[in-house]
Amino acid sequence: MIKLFSLKQQKKDGEATPKVGNQKKASAAHLRITKDLNELNLPKTCNTEFSDPDDLLNFKLIICPDEGFYRGGKFTFSFKVGPNYPHEPPKVKCETQVYHPNIDLEGNVCLNILREDWKPVLTVNSIVYGLQYLFLEPNPEDPLNKEAAEVLQNNRRLFEQNVQKAMRGGHVGSVFFERCLK
Amino acid sequence: MDSPMSENNEDQQYPRRWNHIRKILERAGPFCHPNYEASPEVLNFVMTSCKILVIGAGGLGCELLKDLALMGFQKIDVIDMDTIDLSNLNRQFLFRRKDIGQSKAEVAANFINSRIPGCKVTPHFNRIQDFDEDFYRQFHIVVCGLDSIVARRWINGMLLSMLSYEENGELDQSTLIPMIDGGTEGFKGNARVILPGMSACVDCTLDLYPPQVTYPLCTIANTPRLPEHCIEYVKLIQWPKENPFDCAIDGDDPHHTNWIYEKSQDRANQFNIPGITYRLVQGVIKNIIPAVASTNAIIAAACATEVFKMATSCCLPLKNYMVFNDLDGIYTYTYEAEKKEDCLACSNVPKILEIENDNLKLQQLIDILCENESYQMKNPGLTTVHDGKTFTLYIPTVKSIEERTRENLKKTLSDLGLKNGSEILVADITNPNTLIFSLKFKSHS
Ligand SMILES: [Zn+2]
Repeated sequence: MIKLFSLKQQKKDGEATPKVGNQKKASAAHLRITKDLNELNLPKTCNTEFSDPDDLLNFKLIICPDEGFYRGGKFTFSFKVGPNYPHEPPKVKCETQVYHPNIDLEGNVCLNILREDWKPVLTVNSIVYGLQYLFLEPNPEDPLNKEAAEVLQNNRRLFEQNVQKAMRGGHVGSVFFERCLK
Repeated sequence: MDSPMSENNEDQQYPRRWNHIRKILERAGPFCHPNYEASPEVLNFVMTSCKILVIGAGGLGCELLKDLALMGFQKIDVIDMDTIDLSNLNRQFLFRRKDIGQSKAEVAANFINSRIPGCKVTPHFNRIQDFDEDFYRQFHIVVCGLDSIVARRWINGMLLSMLSYEENGELDQSTLIPMIDGGTEGFKGNARVILPGMSACVDCTLDLYPPQVTYPLCTIANTPRLPEHCIEYVKLIQWPKENPFDCAIDGDDPHHTNWIYEKSQDRANQFNIPGITYRLVQGVIKNIIPAVASTNAIIAAACATEVFKMATSCCLPLKNYMVFNDLDGIYTYTYEAEKKEDCLACSNVPKILEIENDNLKLQQLIDILCENESYQMKNPGLTTVHDGKTFTLYIPTVKSIEERTRENLKKTLSDLGLKNGSEILVADITNPNTLIFSLKFKSHS
């Protein structure tokens, strides 16, 4: 400790601290997202889009399910990775209007690892798989769109028709959905 | 060196003003640091040279400024971006009713400067992010009284980024600025000493901070049971949908709080949930933790003592994490938080990568990383930082980035703006973390 400070004392008494050509370093969030992306292993139904390749913290994920209710559709999610990543999860929103029990019409997504079950060991890959799973197995138990959840629970056939109607572009009940077929 | 005494009228008027401090600094004793050399020079350093930065002029900050100034520190800077609110006045004792709406940093600095002769506190009505390394480098010690983890991590990251390492990988200690950090939450508090790069940093101990309480979105949306669920619903779903004031929620704006209060009340009525109060709404949207004046005073005193020990070396510093709790009796416990081997913030010491010169093409650099005995990478992704902005060199695993950075492979390092000493960040499957390499050119092109 003594050594530490006698050095400092000299340096700072002199006022003229030489400017070290130190560049500002990368944030922990940037280091971690670089790692996440380098290990990104997307299922064949998914793709990412970076509008600015230098900005790794904001990007889109496009999911085109090839089976299940949502086969043939194309759904875009926005990812915003904050400065506190991975201590906090990225903010994920669905940008495509979708008739889905776990996604509301404002694009909020009910996926446990995006909120209450997020842990810093999880990665972008974990979220991609979680989102993909939502399209394969929509879960009526944890509804965000209550009407859709009720239909799924009571009449799977009608639910399937409603999904198709919404994806082709049209009204389901009073809500209009824009076409999102691939 | 000039004696501080000669210039200060107050000190002539009260020659015994610093007697209590002198007893500590001008005598040896059994509790002294083994290498401590007692002398009047030490007080002189405290008073005339030592520069302290206090971050935060709130509950802890007011206490810290008072404590440090009364201990003899005379060159203190304080940063706080907040203004004074009525609810601060019960514990932030440097503020009066007439100060409401003014900058905390400025009012606190004026108060101390006029009350404690000789002390010069310089206020900065700013965010910590408004300043760069050149600003932070002027201080001997940084002491934080913050209520946000993000801000703590930011300053931690800043102090870590200012460290330089020798070529053999050893830390250049003259670049180290100790950070003393205090935190309180009701009747609980902690004080810790961080030697960036040497001891556990804020990120090493992130799991000590309880994650913010979050409720499942579907519970909030469909099966609320608690008043908090109703408030969260309005905050997360109704506000973005109705956008009543055409802006993001500002927890300090009473119109916003009122709107959320009324809508939460409606929703709570709908589900027969009791317990919505204006205070609770404020608490949920601002994430308020009740503050207790005595806890702040104790934690600030512990931090100020550590600043004093660090500045004078008169005593060994706290090693390194003290927790305090006076909810039921008084409890303290001190332990040594350990530096995490894989801490992204502090254990990532740049490795030197020696290459011929900046005529090397990026592809050749990648080949070196893959062929080098000690790295043997498989498919590395590379980024760098120019003037604080990140820049992607090449990431093979993400199609849309690969396509747009493929051209870089043929460019030379100099084309890409990489210089001797530039740092590149390399992620590869062969290592659990992104590695930092500092480029070293054997010759100049
Ligand atoms: Zn650390």
